[in-house]
Amino acid sequence: MIKLTETVLNGLALGSVYALIALGFVVIFKASGVMNFAHGSLLLFGGYVTARLHDAIGFIPAVLVGAALAAALAGLVQLLATRGLRGAEIHTLTILTIGVDVLLSTELNRQVGADYLTMGDPWGADVTRLGSITVADARIASIAVAIIVIGAFFAAFRWSRWGLSMRSAAADPEAAALMGIRLDRVRLIAWCVAGALAALAAVFLAAFPAPGLDRTTSQIALSAFPAAILGGMDSAVGALIGSLVIGLTAAMAAGYQNELSVLGAGFSDVAPYLVMVLVLLVRPTGLFGSKELTRV
Amino acid sequence: MSPPETEAEAEAETQVETEAGTLRVCDLHVSYGRSVQALHGVSLTVPQGRIVAVLGSNGAGKSTLLRAVSGTLALHRGTVERGTVHFDGVRLSGDAARSVAAGVVQVPEGRRIFGALSVEDNLRAGFLGSASRSRAELRAARERVFAQFPVLAERRRQAAGLMSGGEQQMLAMGRALMAAPRLLLLDEPSLGLAPLMVQRIAEIIREINAQGTSILLVEQNAAMALELSDRASVLDVGQVRLEGASADLAAADEVRRLYLGETYETGCGAPDADGDAAYATAASAPSVTGPGLTELGRWNG
Repeated sequence: MIKLTETVLNGLALGSVYALIALGFVVIFKASGVMNFAHGSLLLFGGYVTARLHDAIGFIPAVLVGAALAAALAGLVQLLATRGLRGAEIHTLTILTIGVDVLLSTELNRQVGADYLTMGDPWGADVTRLGSITVADARIASIAVAIIVIGAFFAAFRWSRWGLSMRSAAADPEAAALMGIRLDRVRLIAWCVAGALAALAAVFLAAFPAPGLDRTTSQIALSAFPAAILGGMDSAVGALIGSLVIGLTAAMAAGYQNELSVLGAGFSDVAPYLVMVLVLLVRPTGLFGSKELTRV
Repeated sequence: MSPPETEAEAEAETQVETEAGTLRVCDLHVSYGRSVQALHGVSLTVPQGRIVAVLGSNGAGKSTLLRAVSGTLALHRGTVERGTVHFDGVRLSGDAARSVAAGVVQVPEGRRIFGALSVEDNLRAGFLGSASRSRAELRAARERVFAQFPVLAERRRQAAGLMSGGEQQMLAMGRALMAAPRLLLLDEPSLGLAPLMVQRIAEIIREINAQGTSILLVEQNAAMALELSDRASVLDVGQVRLEGASADLAAADEVRRLYLGETYETGCGAPDADGDAAYATAASAPSVTGPGLTELGRWNG
């Protein structure tokens, strides 16, 4: 029972970090129709900035600067896509993000090298004991921060002018343009928001019990990919639920790997994809993918 | 401002300054991609407070004309090659947000409401393009729309996609009215609606116009459009073939035969003849003249 509780808490912590990544993925997809394959390197970039700056300016300012620079970089990718390649097909832009990913990750790998960069986070290797349950403070912090940030995101999505512009533009770009909504601006903000969320996720991915930020951190963003697909790719709620499902699955598979050893070592890496495939077999549009809501 | 190049443009410049609230489309040429020319020199005026109809068959260029005015050509890879669109003295240069800010709002063909959003959110979206950010003005605009369309008030929390076609058309019009337009562009508002609902929509258009909003109405339902409008133009393959007072057009043989479903009975030409041949003879020798009609060509639907 103790182990189960710990595993579930770990799963929720992992899921909350995935949610930060998957939400960004979904926001970009909703706004511009592009699958952003550069999301992992954007995340690594944000984390790298934080890791380099925290000694000089302190942890919280470093996180904020990291998020701001990742947002700016994501915005730059979007500007490049719309200004430089105006009128290009969505598929072309998706391929473009692969190119951006290669460029960014190559340079970041060169900078990071074989090191593990610390984030300078205040939680360090501290743990909290509740009775006989032991949880890393960094995991509790990641759940708390994710709840606040994701809550703010959903509130903005639901009530703010940007959120409404975003939902309208995703539903029907031309009709939204006819309402005077500036599609370019909506997309730009979507990319920036996604970049900032990814940078925030990097901080928690690199925190204890992970050894720190290294060049494989960006690959973890790949695990958020099944979360977004599972949720339906164009649904923010779906991304959140999908992330929790994937996080719990991964934590369970890792926590009980001795019991699951029949399935082979490293099953926890495969488990998220297995869940994704199973869900898609039953619901091809994902858990919350858009259903047709029309009446002729 | 660059010096006007031709006398026609010089004339247009002076006119736009004097006619407040007027839409003036001047010698508009539009093409899609590099090859498909959709409009060949279309000119059109919508004076303040009037209803002007544009008729024409599929592919005549009606929607292209509206896109040029509302600034959405770029979304369809269309470009204005020549000509100008002015509203209230302001040149509309192909930016949808600027057209809305200038007071020109389009209700798109097929309604295009945001189906998954609630009725209220659809209306809020219609308010996004207006300069105001005040909540009081948003509420005031919404109350105006609810007064015009009580059914929307009843269904304000419902997903818009679940309403009937007529209600969706009302929502599309209400959404456009949220921006308090001075000129409303309506693209086929009667499309796919039952006859009774078409009647209702026509009444609503008249009410909106009575409140001081000019209307440019694009329709295939010529009977409805000619009844509603003060003046009308008939587009054919990207050119204005007929233009005149709606009552005159409704009485013109060409329009009656082609748009109002009446049989054509005159001695000139053979009505059953092959379309292209009949068109060729007619184009060289306009056969119909009437009061207030200009450039009457033989209509070939």
